[in-house]
Amino acid sequence: MYKVAVLGDRDSIYGFAAIGIETFPVENAAEASKQLKDLADGQYAVIYITESLQAELEAEIDNYTTSQLPAIIPIPGVSGNTGKGMRNVKKSVERAVGSDIIFNNE
Amino acid sequence: MANTQVNPTRMELTRLKKKLATATRGHKLLKDKRDELMRRFLDMVRENKALREKVEAGIHAANKNFVLARSVMTDEILNVSLMAPRQEVYLDTNIKNVMSVEIPEFEYKTKTPDENDIYPYGYAFTSSDLDDAVKSLADILPDMLKLAEVEKSCQLMAAEIEKTRRRVNALEHVMIPDMQQKIKYIVMKLDENERSTQIRLMKVKDMMLEAAHHYSEKLYGE
Repeated sequence: MYKVAVLGDRDSIYGFAAIGIETFPVENAAEASKQLKDLADGQYAVIYITESLQAELEAEIDNYTTSQLPAIIPIPGVSGNTGKGMRNVKKSVERAVGSDIIFNNE
Repeated sequence: MANTQVNPTRMELTRLKKKLATATRGHKLLKDKRDELMRRFLDMVRENKALREKVEAGIHAANKNFVLARSVMTDEILNVSLMAPRQEVYLDTNIKNVMSVEIPEFEYKTKTPDENDIYPYGYAFTSSDLDDAVKSLADILPDMLKLAEVEKSCQLMAAEIEKTRRRVNALEHVMIPDMQQKIKYIVMKLDENERSTQIRLMKVKDMMLEAAHHYSEKLYGE
């Protein structure tokens, strides 16, 4: 039985506690990277992470892209949508196809 | 390519021909695999895009509500309200095999099945904006989990497609032409050897006949 976690700055994620997702507020990238490692090794199948944090932890997150679990999914934080999540999707298209054919001119 | 040394022997030729047959078959199979993976990947990535747009819009709306709630409530009350969640989400994962890529499938269970029973606070000290915020988040939860599943699958499939594409290209543009060239080289070399043996034999025969019958002496002696 797996659980769901959300990682990010407190303001962006505290609401998720109400719907049953475990929240792990972190303040800086170093703390976040340690926390992420703990979560990935633990019983978490899905880890949502705020886009701003995802940008800082790019290298760590890339380690998990090819492993089956956990799925690390960027979500927009309280400061707004940076488009990072969409760029990730675009990146996987580019990786598979060789060039971007889905997001043509965005 | 051709500068690698090959032994022009029949054994080597048979070995190479077998290898070429395997490579050609492998190439065909991998190409089929790549095409099918690509087809599924494109479907999935479109779904991924749509889901992501939906989830991002949903989270944006929820955040707006949370900000509103914060503006009318004190931080203490807000913190206390959300301190002890009533709801919990559990996931069961199944592994689905799509063209040898193992993608996860999530099935989620919530602790309280009644979706109106998720508010972890009494309503006395909280603003209705908080209710809205929690509700809007709860509403997009299924989509968020679906997004996690689809996005992970996309990443895994992208990696597999990349690998398969490299293999197909390596077979098509390096291995197969290389082997064809080697086979051609051996065949030509063997033919050449055969011709030279034949010529040598004819020459030897001539010489032997000459030694036995002295044709040329007879021819020029008359």
